[in-house]
Amino acid sequence: MSVIIILLIVSVCIAAGFLLAFLWSVNDGQFEDEFSAANRILFDDTILNNKPTK
Amino acid sequence: MNTETQHKVTCYHCGENCDNTLIHIQDKKFCCDGCKMVYEILSQNNLCTYYDLNENPGLSQKIKFRENKFAFLDDETIQQKLIQFKDNNQTNVTFYLPQMHCSSCLWLLENLHKINKGVVTTKVNFTKKEVFIVFNNNETSLRKVVETLTTIGYEPHISLEEFDSKKVKVINKTRLYKLGIAGFCFANIMMMSFPEYFSLNSYIEQNIHTFLKYFIVLLSLPVFFFCATEFYSIAWKGLVNKHLNIDAPIALAIFITFGRSLYEIFTNTGSGYLDSMSGIVFFMLLGRILQDKTYASISFDRDYKSFFPIAVNVIKENKSIPTSIDQVKTGDVIQIFSNELIPLDAILSKGKAEIDYSFVTGESIPQSKEIGEIIYAGGKQMGGVLELVVVKEISQSYLTNLWNKDVFKHKKENTDSFIHLLANNFTFIVLTIAGIAAVYWYQHAEYKLMWNTLTTVLIVACPCALLLSSTFTNGNILRILSQNKLYLRHPDVIEKISNINHLVFDKTGTLTQNKEIQVSFSNEQLTETQKIEIASLLTQSSHPLSKAIVEYLNVSCLTEIQNFKTIAGSGVEGWIDDKHYKIGSKEFVYGIPSVDEKSAAVFIKIDSVVIGEFKLRNSYRFGFKQLMQQLVSKFPISVISGDNDAEKHYLQTILQNKSEVIFNQKPDEKLSYVEYLQNIQHKKVMMIGDGLNDAGALKQSDVGIAITENINNFTPGCDGILDAAQFPNLFKFIQFAKNGKKIILATFMLSVIYNIIGLYFAIQGTLSPLIAAILMPSSTITIILITYGLSELSAWKIGLLKNDKSHKSQ
Repeated sequence: MSVIIILLIVSVCIAAGFLLAFLWSVNDGQFEDEFSAANRILFDDTILNNKPTK
Repeated sequence: MNTETQHKVTCYHCGENCDNTLIHIQDKKFCCDGCKMVYEILSQNNLCTYYDLNENPGLSQKIKFRENKFAFLDDETIQQKLIQFKDNNQTNVTFYLPQMHCSSCLWLLENLHKINKGVVTTKVNFTKKEVFIVFNNNETSLRKVVETLTTIGYEPHISLEEFDSKKVKVINKTRLYKLGIAGFCFANIMMMSFPEYFSLNSYIEQNIHTFLKYFIVLLSLPVFFFCATEFYSIAWKGLVNKHLNIDAPIALAIFITFGRSLYEIFTNTGSGYLDSMSGIVFFMLLGRILQDKTYASISFDRDYKSFFPIAVNVIKENKSIPTSIDQVKTGDVIQIFSNELIPLDAILSKGKAEIDYSFVTGESIPQSKEIGEIIYAGGKQMGGVLELVVVKEISQSYLTNLWNKDVFKHKKENTDSFIHLLANNFTFIVLTIAGIAAVYWYQHAEYKLMWNTLTTVLIVACPCALLLSSTFTNGNILRILSQNKLYLRHPDVIEKISNINHLVFDKTGTLTQNKEIQVSFSNEQLTETQKIEIASLLTQSSHPLSKAIVEYLNVSCLTEIQNFKTIAGSGVEGWIDDKHYKIGSKEFVYGIPSVDEKSAAVFIKIDSVVIGEFKLRNSYRFGFKQLMQQLVSKFPISVISGDNDAEKHYLQTILQNKSEVIFNQKPDEKLSYVEYLQNIQHKKVMMIGDGLNDAGALKQSDVGIAITENINNFTPGCDGILDAAQFPNLFKFIQFAKNGKKIILATFMLSVIYNIIGLYFAIQGTLSPLIAAILMPSSTITIILITYGLSELSAWKIGLLKNDKSHKSQ
């Protein structure tokens, strides 16, 4: 039965991974501009050869 | 699409109708040279994908920018204020481009480096309508970048506001972090609590049970110490100001739940209610986020500064030098070009002024001004180049003074929402019940049960349901309203709208529209030949009044004119078939100075006979009559106008006798009228206006709604911005807001029923975590579903629900 403890820890860790992904995306500003990124991906590849620098 | 087979020919670039098909490249038609030029630039640089992504994505380029318009950007000090970062090689700058509207714009702007080689990279933030540009100092300059943007139709908005202080918009991300963490903890605590719910404890080993208990405590810590902190801080702020808000009982409930749960877990007397606690925190945060969704690209706090240019040409020793506005002194001579705003109060010294004051008063028919007359800041020159002598510095001008009034200094008081009141009464009742139950158990000497009851009553009956129903209802109402192009500043405005009992309208620009000018001819019918001849003369002139008359005459062909002359600011003359035509102002036609007229008029003289005059006025908005009839049956209405009383009779017949129509009002008189209604008649006033002259009244009123033809245009400070096309729906919006309050009350009643069930268990001291865990999510979810359903239903009934969701503009 004690294996259930390990399973629980593993499952919480996986969930924590998703949580981190969410926090990261918030921090990165993904939810500030929903239009640009969604449309940018549809443009032809030749366009995005320049990486934005900050 | 083949444009030639279509009946109407539209411009390939901007999609505007173009009857003139002279301007074209192969089979592509353009409405003006400006549009054609943009197409040429784009095709030279291989950027025609712009036209493939969307049909007619461009903006009309009829108004050209003059050559040295951006010369002020070469000035170091002005540059310093605009740019974010600069080193020897690169400069970073962010511009606000209100024209941005589709994916073509996005694509073109991110390919700016193909047109201007000096641009290193551009990144668009579409929601904010901003573009971040990095360019190479050695290859290009700030001025050249701005000029490139302007030639392709995206003129950056550079205003005095940015010059004064760089506004940094910080989006509050903390709430999203909190929401994520609360969701994570809530879901995992729920999972760990499953054995508890199904009473499986006897089946699992003791060590697993202990592990689960402490793991739950661990997971609840971030919820209690991080996610829920905003409830504590709002409650504390309220208490400090001796004011109980809805967050106070919620914070209390969270504290008691947490404390009691810890006590149960560490003394091994139970398993606590940490699952319910984290769940409720999660849902309340979610509601608040939905409710407080902001419109990133709309600003409600604009003042005149956001619309004034940052620099103006000052003439010194026969040279015009671009100077930043705050450096301009009294007595300086400034130069104003066509379509530019006059930023300072000044006296006209050279040129013919045709001033469009629509920015200030809403009146778009230009007024002509003579040399020596004073022109107040805020007017836009429609004619040629002007020279003016500045009489007041920017800090003392008429408009600036308007803004320095007291109303603008302090923010509107936040009157208490009924939700806080309801929550407090509710909490009071709950506390009484808890007290009675506790006393009852105390008398029966069941001390343990007494504490049990006292705490569980508070746990089960916190007014979270009320908070949830109000936040989710408001959030959904805001969403539906914004789909209908009414953008509110804050969710509290919904409740304020539902309470109003008096409406005040501005006339010019609010009830009337700027674009369409209504034309009428004074005398008997013109003959067909006269019409053609008048139209032929007037098509030569670019004056807005001429255009309106030509449109009114609606002739199919034109004739030839000899000796055509335009006298700027006065009129036109010319010969057609030995007849001498003189068309223009009274002064021009009669040769005597004109006295004040009530409305704009254009006189026609053939040879020596004046055959009549065209009267021009702004026409009322579409649906105006109907809306007024709806409104007049429910509210008293006032119409308050800065104009003369030419329209008084017409308005009074429409508004009937319940209403008041007042004319010749100055901006501060409008303000004091609203104040009078509020203080003497104790009315809740909704003010609907548009221009700067309404700004004071809008601010003073309980709800100030600004009407605008274009959401990105100028609007004075207000509580809500309404798209002019949606003006006929105003009555529906008010009804909808009123329904919102009813929905909140209805769902609150529902939550009371849930609370009674919870209390039934709580006062007996038998509220198990299982019951709490069932009650909490089921009440939350039903409340969310019901508020959503009811608000959609009410929007549908009123007729505000749009079938096509493609027009989500924000």
